[in-house]
Amino acid sequence: MSGYLESVLVLLAINIILAYAAFLPMVAGQLNLGVAAFVAIGAYSAGYLSNSFGLHPVSAALMAVAMAALTGWLVAFPILRTRGIYLALATFALNQVVQGTILNLNVVGGASGYPVPAHIGFPVVAAFSLAVIVLVFLAFRTRFGISVTAVSDDERVADLMGLSVRGVQSAAFTAGAALAGLAGALYAHHFNYIEAQNYGVLFSIYIVLYVLLGGTQTVYGPLLGAAVFTLLPELLRGSAAWRYVIFACLIIAIMSLRPQGVILKRAWFSK
Amino acid sequence: MIEQQIVNGLMLGSVYALVAVAFTLAIGVLNFLNFSIPGLFMVAGMLTWFLLRAGIPWPLAALLAIASGGLLALLVERFTYRLMSRSEHFVPLVTSMAFLILFENLVLIVWGSDLQRVPLPFESVSFKLGPTVVAVPQLAGLGCAVLAVALLDLVLKKTRIGRGLRTIAEDAEVAIMLGVGVGRVVPVVFLVGGLFTALSGFLFALNYQQASPFMGEEIALKGISAMVVGGMGNIWGAILGGLLIGVVETFSIHLFGARAVDISVYGLLLAILFVRPTGLLGGAVRQARV
Repeated sequence: MSGYLESVLVLLAINIILAYAAFLPMVAGQLNLGVAAFVAIGAYSAGYLSNSFGLHPVSAALMAVAMAALTGWLVAFPILRTRGIYLALATFALNQVVQGTILNLNVVGGASGYPVPAHIGFPVVAAFSLAVIVLVFLAFRTRFGISVTAVSDDERVADLMGLSVRGVQSAAFTAGAALAGLAGALYAHHFNYIEAQNYGVLFSIYIVLYVLLGGTQTVYGPLLGAAVFTLLPELLRGSAAWRYVIFACLIIAIMSLRPQGVILKRAWFSK
Repeated sequence: MIEQQIVNGLMLGSVYALVAVAFTLAIGVLNFLNFSIPGLFMVAGMLTWFLLRAGIPWPLAALLAIASGGLLALLVERFTYRLMSRSEHFVPLVTSMAFLILFENLVLIVWGSDLQRVPLPFESVSFKLGPTVVAVPQLAGLGCAVLAVALLDLVLKKTRIGRGLRTIAEDAEVAIMLGVGVGRVVPVVFLVGGLFTALSGFLFALNYQQASPFMGEEIALKGISAMVVGGMGNIWGAILGGLLIGVVETFSIHLFGARAVDISVYGLLLAILFVRPTGLLGGAVRQARV
């Protein structure tokens, strides 16, 4: 496999994980504009573990997932006290604070970036990505999927039906954080270099946009969104700026014509 | 020294305040977080640079730059709020984000990614108030900001269209039943927001003599913080929040260095959201949807 094709496929695999990281809280009714914060936490903790303690990159990645999940679970308590637009703004503020903190942490290079020499190859990244897809698909076949949908459709009714609304919301937020951490850890170890400047709120916005492009009604949506977002720019030759112009026009067009996203709900998902 | 920091903070804050007013109008009246605002700010700033460099007299440059904000805002309105009534509630937010990406990259294609130096159309003048240096263009900027908001406040309180806006802010359905022309009033919100944003983009380009395709992001994120700190939907809150964020920023640079700014500013935002989500001047929490 050529190096170019491989790096595109790695990006695809990582973007799929990122898409689900934004999708999980979104189906629970939370617009998380702080996904990049958890990506950064995953990337930097994995890098730090493998650099300073000589941990195997895969176990470092798993520890990083735990780290991102723990952070997500902890910040979910105050963040889920807020609602709607306030929640989106709180996650956005969290993103800025986490990025600012990492930029000031000299142990991980601060503003000058952080090299991570230990390498994870394409097959492992792909395997993780597949595992994530399978897990999310399975999760939405179980009670969890129905509960999440119920909570986002109508919190009060879900509560009346005996669902732990706060529990479901916190689980969705934490699971999203864990996936974001995984994506970060894999990115750090595959590309061997990370920079905190890249994990700003605009990165979070991009992730949210490609999930919405695919649609949030089904578990296929994020998959399609990530694929289009990764592959379309590669097919369209030209400068990066033109690619983003086309991407933006595409989003505007799709939101005007088919605002629920490209893939719509089928019967099996709703019942 | 402390006085100088406060003055610098207030000047910076006046730029945030104007952006915060644009955000707060869209949230307060339309319940819509308009993410295209950083794009409008940047286009106005870059136009200011381009026109002044081309030797256009500054009042004309100001007029064109500010008008650009209004026009682009009306374009954004076509594709965001106008579609909101018949689609999911998150659509306008998403589309406005796409507009931000669109504007940034179009400007990048036309003018490149360099940080441009904005030529000053007049001699920089400053005066001393005791030991404190006050720059006149910055003071004029602050004056503009307060004046513009006072005018807006008057329009909201006294005029027919202002009453219409406030009715929509209370309840859009009731507003329609009462005969408010929502279809005519909503573009006005976008227009005013766009003009405010562009005015602050112009002032920023003049005061700091720099412009780049990404200049809007940081300012607008601080503008959002200013809006929340002051209380969403409250235009005087936006001014208060903007000035406060400006002062917090200059003090945190002074005390902890430039890299600590984000931690203090957005830490303040997080704290406010957790403790008093209605902000300093806000009323009851509105169940705003995203």
